[in-house]
Amino acid sequence: MSRVLMRGNEAIAEAAIRAGLKCYFCYPITPQGELVEYMARELPKRGGVFLQAESEVAAINMVYGAAAAGVRTMTSSSSPGISLKQEGISYLAGSRLPCVIVNMMRGGPGLGNIAPAQGDYFQATKGGGHGDYRLIVLAPSTVPEAAQLVMLAFDLADKYRVPAMILGDGMLGQMMEPVELPPPVDPSSIPEKPWALTGAEGREPNVILSFDLSPQGLREMNRVLQDTYREIERSEVRWEEVETADAEIVLVAYGTMGRIAKTVVERAREEGIKAGLLRPITLWPFPYEPLRELAERVPTILTVELSAGQMWEDVRLAVEGRAKTPFYGELGGVVPTPREILSEVKKHVSS
Amino acid sequence: MSQVSVEIPPGYQKVFGRPRALSDAPYTYCPGCHHGIIGRLIAEAIDELGIQGRTVGIAPVGCSVFLYRFYRCDFIQAAHGRACAVATGLKRANPDLIVFSYQGDGDLAAIGTAETVHAAARGENFTVIFVNNQIYGMTGGEMAPTTLPGQRTVTTPQGRDVALTGYPLKISEMLAQLDAPAYITRQSVHDARHVQLARKAILKAFRNQLEGKGFSLVEVLATCPTNFRMPPVEAQKWVTEKAMQFFPLGDLKVRDE
Ligand SMILES: Cc1ncc(C[n+]2csc(CCOP(=O)(O)OP(=O)(O)O)c2C)c(N)n1
Ligand code: SF4
Repeated sequence: MSRVLMRGNEAIAEAAIRAGLKCYFCYPITPQGELVEYMARELPKRGGVFLQAESEVAAINMVYGAAAAGVRTMTSSSSPGISLKQEGISYLAGSRLPCVIVNMMRGGPGLGNIAPAQGDYFQATKGGGHGDYRLIVLAPSTVPEAAQLVMLAFDLADKYRVPAMILGDGMLGQMMEPVELPPPVDPSSIPEKPWALTGAEGREPNVILSFDLSPQGLREMNRVLQDTYREIERSEVRWEEVETADAEIVLVAYGTMGRIAKTVVERAREEGIKAGLLRPITLWPFPYEPLRELAERVPTILTVELSAGQMWEDVRLAVEGRAKTPFYGELGGVVPTPREILSEVKKHVSS
Repeated sequence: MSQVSVEIPPGYQKVFGRPRALSDAPYTYCPGCHHGIIGRLIAEAIDELGIQGRTVGIAPVGCSVFLYRFYRCDFIQAAHGRACAVATGLKRANPDLIVFSYQGDGDLAAIGTAETVHAAARGENFTVIFVNNQIYGMTGGEMAPTTLPGQRTVTTPQGRDVALTGYPLKISEMLAQLDAPAYITRQSVHDARHVQLARKAILKAFRNQLEGKGFSLVEVLATCPTNFRMPPVEAQKWVTEKAMQFFPLGDLKVRDE
């Protein structure tokens, strides 16, 4: 293990290379520029392909081709660019092609701004493109966790043959922290891909499709996807709990907001408020079950987000009226301070 | 349908048959459609170069969406217009593959213009077969970027009015202006002689890839009798008398070194 000081964007790039990334395709956009630059510098030196595409549409379709060839492949962008990638993501999901997509979210809608925001939660977790599909969505809250989750994203994508997304934001991308980088993966540990397009020499041709004109046929294709999603929901839910054992109020927050919420919990505890935190690490599959269990004994579950309340819908689905579910959010790239959130917490606890 | 094997009597020789690269799946095209001829020429090129075991084809969105059924090689179906980006990903990931895309005019020259132009500008080392039938076949005969001035389609019922919708896109001429492409040519399959010329062009476009020469594109003028609303013979006449006026045949760029 090597311990180095890195920006989030760079740590994500380095972790991807260590995960065995072979082909990276991109189109520049802030706030993930350092990721692109790092790849341009490092990936070709280490045996991979770096290619700047003419658009996000082209980049995601290059990922589609490289994934079909059976290599580990990735693209990264930020909100407006991720919108352009949605058609390709739907095709990747429909064709069951593994890949990793990084979205360092910024303010929206439209051109928005380049400040940290969490307005792409619906897009990431509920579909985004057309059709009945899901992405595995991983939401790191620190630079070391980002590196770790990128490596996990490649493994999960290959294991289940689904696209996986790293959902971060501009703050995570720019922040510098010491990171312990895991050693590069042994290429022989990456699962075989007998479905890949490698040329049909000595075997029947492989065909990669996301369509079937017969409704029965397409229903079967969809059932395979849905069975995979149920399996992921059973096995891959990840979350972190902080001080929830005796909590009277539990905050639910992810990514950058999850990190700030941790500070809020510390300050609240210093003031004698029994606050806790549940931080989803996988946004899909969402930790419905752990939240439901908390809601059995915690009277208030406060969702804090850098959006108008997108994850809040999932929180309410999990809680189903068992507890009060207030919401505190900020918009447009404004990041609330721990003090502001703490005063919100105080509104909901009996002193 | 299954392949019928006929024993060759002594003294006889088999001189013509189904290319090995072609499967025995029946074509899904309308009678008289040129897609079938062009598809066969590709299979012949694959056979002649002995590359079936390392070839990956890319089926577009359009009447040739089922292309993967017709060949005995690996295949992927791409989103509408994105074949050149998908080909880029495949070929960059595994340069040992022989990659070709097969695209209609709507796919390649309207929704996929950017992907086509930039793959050509990068000199990506794959082969593009571009079927220009001046119409959107699959969706029912709408105007294509290659629809001729005055041509009637379901979205230009009075004939294409250039004041309203402009002129056909001569994408091969445009691509020939770029530095990187190795080979840009326009061919036709309306008679036996031209079928042979098209065959040679397609073979060259694949050979270029084997030799690492870079981007090669063969545009083939074609008919869509169904949406031209013409019998096949009349549709062929349309190609020779009308389409060729706008889209003259011949090599537009040949980089030989
Ligand atoms: C994103 C998207 N837009 C539109 C369509 C509908 N569509 C299917 S085929 C086609 C046109 C195909 O025309 P062309 O490329 O000329 O091929 P042809 O059918 O004539 O062979 C269109 C518009 C689609 N499938 N996807
Ligand atoms: S609609 Fe036109 S292009 Fe499509 S198969 Fe029929 S004749 Fe050919």
